[in-house]
Amino acid sequence: MPQILEKRELAPRTHYFRVKVPLIARHAQPGQFIILRVHERGERIPLTIADSDRQSGTITLIVQEIGATTRQLAMLRTGDEIRDILGPLGTPSEIEKFGTVVLLGGGFGIAAIHPIAKALRNADNTIVSIIGARTRDLIIMEDEMRAASHDLVIMTDDGSYGRKGLVIEPLKEMIESGRRVDRVVAIGPLPMMRAVAELTRPYGIKTVASLNPVMVDGTGMCGGCRVAVGDSTKFACVDGPEFDAHLVDFNELSARTQMYRDFEKTHMCRIEERLQQLESAQGVAGQ
Amino acid sequence: MTISPQDRMKISRHPMPARDPEVRIRCFEEVALGYDEHTAREEAMRCLQCKRPYCVEGCPVSIDIPAFLREVVAGNIDKAAAIIKKTNSLPSICGRVCPQETQCEERCVLAKKGKPVAIGALERFVADYDRQFGLTKQQVNVRPSGKKVAVVGSGPAGLTAAGTLAQMGHSVTVFEALHEPGGVLVYGIPEFRLPKEIVREEVSSLLDLGVEFNLNVLIGRTLTIDELLGDGYSAVFLAPGAGVPQFMGIPGENLNGVSSANEFLTRVNLMKAFLFPEYDTPVYCGKRVAVIGGGNTAMDAARTALRLGPEKVYIVYRRSEKEMPARREEIEHAKEEGIEFLCLTAPVAYLSDSRGWVTEMECIRMELSEPDESGRRRPVPVEGSNFRIPVDTVIVAIGAKTNDLIVKATGGLSVAKKGYLLVDPQTQMTSRPGIFAGGDIAGGEATVIAAMGQGRVAAQSIDRYVRER
Ligand SMILES: Cc1cc2nc3c(=O)[nH]c(=O)nc-3n(C[C@H](O)[C@H](O)[C@H](O)COP(=O)(O)OP(=O)(O)OC[C@H]3O[C@@H](n4cnc5c(N)ncnc54)[C@H](O)[C@@H]3O)c2cc1C
Ligand SMILES: Cc1cc2nc3c(=O)[nH]c(=O)nc-3n(C[C@H](O)[C@H](O)[C@H](O)COP(=O)(O)OP(=O)(O)OC[C@H]3O[C@@H](n4cnc5c(N)ncnc54)[C@H](O)[C@@H]3O)c2cc1C
Ligand code: SF4
Ligand code: SF4
Ligand code: FES
Repeated sequence: MPQILEKRELAPRTHYFRVKVPLIARHAQPGQFIILRVHERGERIPLTIADSDRQSGTITLIVQEIGATTRQLAMLRTGDEIRDILGPLGTPSEIEKFGTVVLLGGGFGIAAIHPIAKALRNADNTIVSIIGARTRDLIIMEDEMRAASHDLVIMTDDGSYGRKGLVIEPLKEMIESGRRVDRVVAIGPLPMMRAVAELTRPYGIKTVASLNPVMVDGTGMCGGCRVAVGDSTKFACVDGPEFDAHLVDFNELSARTQMYRDFEKTHMCRIEERLQQLESAQGVAGQ
Repeated sequence: MTISPQDRMKISRHPMPARDPEVRIRCFEEVALGYDEHTAREEAMRCLQCKRPYCVEGCPVSIDIPAFLREVVAGNIDKAAAIIKKTNSLPSICGRVCPQETQCEERCVLAKKGKPVAIGALERFVADYDRQFGLTKQQVNVRPSGKKVAVVGSGPAGLTAAGTLAQMGHSVTVFEALHEPGGVLVYGIPEFRLPKEIVREEVSSLLDLGVEFNLNVLIGRTLTIDELLGDGYSAVFLAPGAGVPQFMGIPGENLNGVSSANEFLTRVNLMKAFLFPEYDTPVYCGKRVAVIGGGNTAMDAARTALRLGPEKVYIVYRRSEKEMPARREEIEHAKEEGIEFLCLTAPVAYLSDSRGWVTEMECIRMELSEPDESGRRRPVPVEGSNFRIPVDTVIVAIGAKTNDLIVKATGGLSVAKKGYLLVDPQTQMTSRPGIFAGGDIAGGEATVIAAMGQGRVAAQSIDRYVRER
C-alpha cells in the first residue's frame, strides 16, 4: 500500500501529502489526477496530482477537508498508508507555446494550477497567475506559484492579504486594458470557473476549465462523471477533466455535483463521531 | 445401476429451489439455492447419455456433459468436477450465470419434447460441492518456463487466461484497474446472483498457482503495453472488457436521479453502498424507479434497486418480452419479485423539477416490424402514442461500448467495427505479434463463458508463441 512520506497542514483544513507511488510519479503529467480510497470501506475520490517527482517516486496531493472522505484522509499522518491509489488519470493539459497565458486558481484549485503553470512556463509562455481564497490563511503555495509565474497576483475576499476581491477582477482589467491574453486556464469552485468563462467569451479568448464532477471508477466505466460539453456528453475522467469552458454546461454540472448532498450530510455526522473518538485516542497516545 | 431410457424420461425436471420472493427482496442473499445431493442425482439421471450429445455442441467450451452427468449419477462428484474443469476453470460461476437456455440446454434432445436436463444447475452443484470439500486442486505440474506473461483485466477472460498460463508453467501477472479483481463478476453481477465469496475463492486459487495480481493499475495510463514488453514480458493478453456505458442521447439524460446501470451496480456491488453508512459510498435510489433495457444488466439493476426499498420498479424495454436478451431465469425472478415490465415502450425524454432532479419520464409505444441485422424484429415508434410516468430514478442499461484508452496508448493495434480489437479467431492474436486479446473487447457474445473460452484459446496460443521465442 502507498505510504505517506510527508504530511503537513498548509492552511486550516488544507493538507499537503507526499505519497510514494513510483509508477504514478513516473507517468504523471500536468492536469492529471488520481483516485484514492482511504481504507477498506472507503469511497473512491479524485484528487489532482499537484506535483510529482520521478526520482523519489512520489506525488504531491493538496487536500481540502470538506466531507467524510477528505476528513478521514486528513486524519492520516506521515508514515501511514493509503489503501488504494489509481492513476495518473485523465487527459493531460495541452502544453504548447500559446503566448501569454493567464492562470486562475481558487482554493485547492491553486494546487491544481501549479503543475500546469510550471509546464507552460517551460514551454516558453508568459505566465500570469492569479490566485485567490477567502482569507489570508487559505492562500497556499504562494512561493511555488511565484516561482512558476512571471506575474503573480493574490486576491482575498476579505482583503486580509494581496488585493481585496475575486480572482476574476485582475483578469478583467487585463483584458479591458488591452493587454494581450492568448489563453486562460481556470481551476477552482464552479461559480468562479463559470464567471471566468462568461468574462472571456465575448473576447473569444480560449478558456480551459478543469471540472470536478462526482467520480467513481475514473476509467470510463460508470459514466457518473458525465458532463455536457457543446452538443455532446463527455466523461470527465477520460475525456477531461479539462474542457473548453465556453462549451461547458455549468448549470447542469452544478446540479449534478449536488446529487449526493443529502447522503453526505448524514454521513458526515457519523464520521465526525468516529473521527472524534479516533482523535481523542490519538491525543492520548501522543501525550 | 441401470435404468431404461423410458424410465429416465418419466422423471420430470427438478426446479431450482429459490428463496421466497417476499424474503429475498429485502436482502442481498443468493436467490437460487442450488440442488442437494439427492436432487442432483435424480436430475442427472434424466440424461439419456446420447451417442451424439448435442448439448456439448451448445456449450462454448465443449464440456463433456454426458460424462460428468454419469459421474453425478454414480456419486463420483470428484470425477464429475475433474471432467468439467478440463475445459471450464470457473464452473461455480458458469453454473450460475450462463444463459443455458440458449446454449447447452437449448440443444439437449429432451428440450424437443419436454424440458432439457438442468445442466447449468448440475454444473453448479458439482462445482460447489468440489469447492466445499476441496476435491480437485489445480496445480502446476510442469517445469517453470521462465517466461513472463502479462494479463490486462481480471474479468472472466483474464482470470481464465491467467490460470491456464500459470498451469502451463509461465509466470503470470494480472494488471487490474480497480481495487478488486473479478471484472463484471464483482462490479456488475450482484451478490444475490453470484456471491462475491465465490469470485474471491477463484482468485485465491489463482494465487495458489503463483499468479500475481497488480491492482490499481490502469494499463495505458499507469503503465503502457510497450513498457510491459520492454520489461521482460514475452506476451500480453488484453481482456479489459467493454466497459463504457451507452446512453440514448435523449433530453434529460444527465439529470440528477439518472445514472447508468454500471454506475448504479458499481456503487452497490463493488463499493457496497447497500451497507451505507458502514461503507462510505452512497447510492441514490428513490421511490419510483425505471430501468431502461432488457438484458442481464437491466434485470440486475432492477432487482438491485428493488432491494433498496422503492415502491415501484419498472423495466422499460422497446421490444417484446420474447426478444429480451436476459437469461430466462432472471426475467422470471424479476417478475416474481414484483417488477413491472413495460414492453414495447421506449423513453423519449426525462423531465425535471427546478433543482435538476428527474420527476417524470416521457415514453412512446413501439411496434415490431421486420427483423434487423441482429435477426430480432425492429421496433418502430407508434406515432402519437406518447405518455408520461412519474419516476424519480432512472437507470440506463442499454449496452456497452468499447473503451479506446488502451488502443490510443498503444501503437499498431487494429480495431474493427465499434472499436473492438481485431483478433485472429484461431489464436486471439491482435494485429501486433505478442499481443493477444479476448472477452468483450474482442467483440464476442458478451457472455462470461464466451470470454472464458477466448481466454483459454489465447492462453494456448500464448504458450506456443512464448515457447517459440
Ligand atoms: C478531477 C478532480 C480533481 C480534484 N482535485 C482535488 C484536489 O486536488 N484537492 C481537493 O481537495 N479536492 C479535489 N477534488 C474534489 C474532491 O474530489 C472532493 O472534495 C472529494 O471527493 C470530497 O469528498 P468527501 O467525502 O470529503 O466530501 P463529501 O461530503 O462526500 O462531498 C462533498 C462534495 O464533493 C464532491 N464529491 C463527493 N464525492 C465525490 C467523488 N467521488 N468524486 C468527485 N467529487 C465528489 C461532491 O460535489 C460533493 O457534493 C477534485 C475533484 C475532481 C473531480
Ligand atoms: C450487469 C451485468 C450482468 C451480466 N450478466 C451476465 C450473465 O448473467 N451471464 C453472462 O454470461 N454474462 C453476463 N454479463 C456479461 C459478462 O459479464 C461479460 O461478457 C464478461 O464479464 C466479459 O468478460 P471480460 O473478461 O471480457 O471483461 P470484464 O468482466 O468486463 O472485465 C474487464 C476487467 O478489466 C479491467 N480493465 C479495463 N480496462 C483496463 C485497463 N486499461 N487496465 C487494467 N485493467 C483494465 C476492468 O476494470 C475489469 O475488471 C453481464 C454483464 C453485466 C454488465
Ligand atoms: S459452461 Fe455454460 S454452456 Fe457450458 S455446460 Fe456449463 S452452463 Fe452449459
Ligand atoms: S443432449 Fe441432453 S440427454 Fe443427451 S447427453 Fe446431452 S444432456 Fe444428456
Ligand atoms: S468516473 Fe466512472 S466513467 Fe468517469
